Amino acid sequence: MSYLLAKVDQIIDGYGAEKEALVQILLDIQHEFRWLSRETLLHTAARLGLPMNHLYNVTTFYKHFSLVPQGRHAVSVCVGTACHVRGAMRLLDRVSQGLRLSPDETSADEKFSLKTVSCLGCCALGPVMVVDGKYMSNPTSNEIAVIVEECE
Amino acid sequence: MSQVNVTINGEHIKAVEGMTILEAAREAGIFIPTLCHHGHLDAYGSCRLCVVEIGEGERKRVVASCLYHISEGLVVETETDKINNYRRIILNLLMHRWDNIPVILLEKYGAKNHSRFVDNMTYCILCGLCVRYCRDVKGANVLGFVGRGTIRQVVIFPNQAAKYCPTCCPKEMECLHYCPTGVISSQYYGSRPADGQKLPHAHPVCINDDVNILEILERVGHV
Repeated sequence: MSYLLAKVDQIIDGYGAEKEALVQILLDIQHEFRWLSRETLLHTAARLGLPMNHLYNVTTFYKHFSLVPQGRHAVSVCVGTACHVRGAMRLLDRVSQGLRLSPDETSADEKFSLKTVSCLGCCALGPVMVVDGKYMSNPTSNEIAVIVEECE
Repeated sequence: MSQVNVTINGEHIKAVEGMTILEAAREAGIFIPTLCHHGHLDAYGSCRLCVVEIGEGERKRVVASCLYHISEGLVVETETDKINNYRRIILNLLMHRWDNIPVILLEKYGAKNHSRFVDNMTYCILCGLCVRYCRDVKGANVLGFVGRGTIRQVVIFPNQAAKYCPTCCPKEMECLHYCPTGVISSQYYGSRPADGQKLPHAHPVCINDDVNILEILERVGHV
């Protein structure tokens, strides 16, 4: 068995292979691999004795789950109301240019994923961008370029 | 099972404890419209057409009658202005997905097509009857839901279908008869009205096992 599925097994066993823990198991798998691949979903379904249609139902219902590969660094730009009026769209354009990605895209080398989110709860800082949990208020193009350089 | 007394539209009715309002009302011959309810399947509460008002005075509230269990002394109103207004709005919204809603319902609640919504004639009202029949009665899981909100839709898993459908429903696809909007069809099933009736179909998207997930998501409009 591959390393990948062994890791999935370990996560499932951590929850006693219970059906009720499905969402938590999927969250852990996603945390480990950054996305939910077909193989991991099929394996989880088989281990928990759940049909695939149920897994698709759950994984497409919650926006947190990703069925496509995500980059190593998650970049989120807030486009909520407060950030929007303070220029979130201009920030999004700058970030898009800096990363050479459009929103909801992942770079080919899986380095960055760019996402738009609706409110991060720190409207006073708006327009806000978050890189791997680090909040930045209205970064300039130069600051964005520095981040791109710094990330592995 | 003990008997309880309930009042529906001012009528005193004896019913068995543990029944839902809908069951008690139907037994007493009181009409409550439903779309997602079926006697063979567990109540689901997705169409919301069966809403009724319960309680009296200040404590009145609106519940889905297909899910609410009766208790001693419950007072139910099934046709108040508020309820009829709710049903009218639900039908107005459904009209943009399903253009041949039974006229009797539309006339009863005065539903009209509002031009402010964009028509999206999928003929699927997401009642889940086909999905639930396949899952709960047949245990086959050939049909399923994906997505949430406006992009939510019924999908079909052809590899599951190839495995289960021929033995589950050897004569014809039984789930198709459960569809309240008329018919569902797909490449796998073929369409139901074999007699050449030209009825609109709901088309579930196929999810093949060998298809790239990204492609599926694009097809169901999730990306």
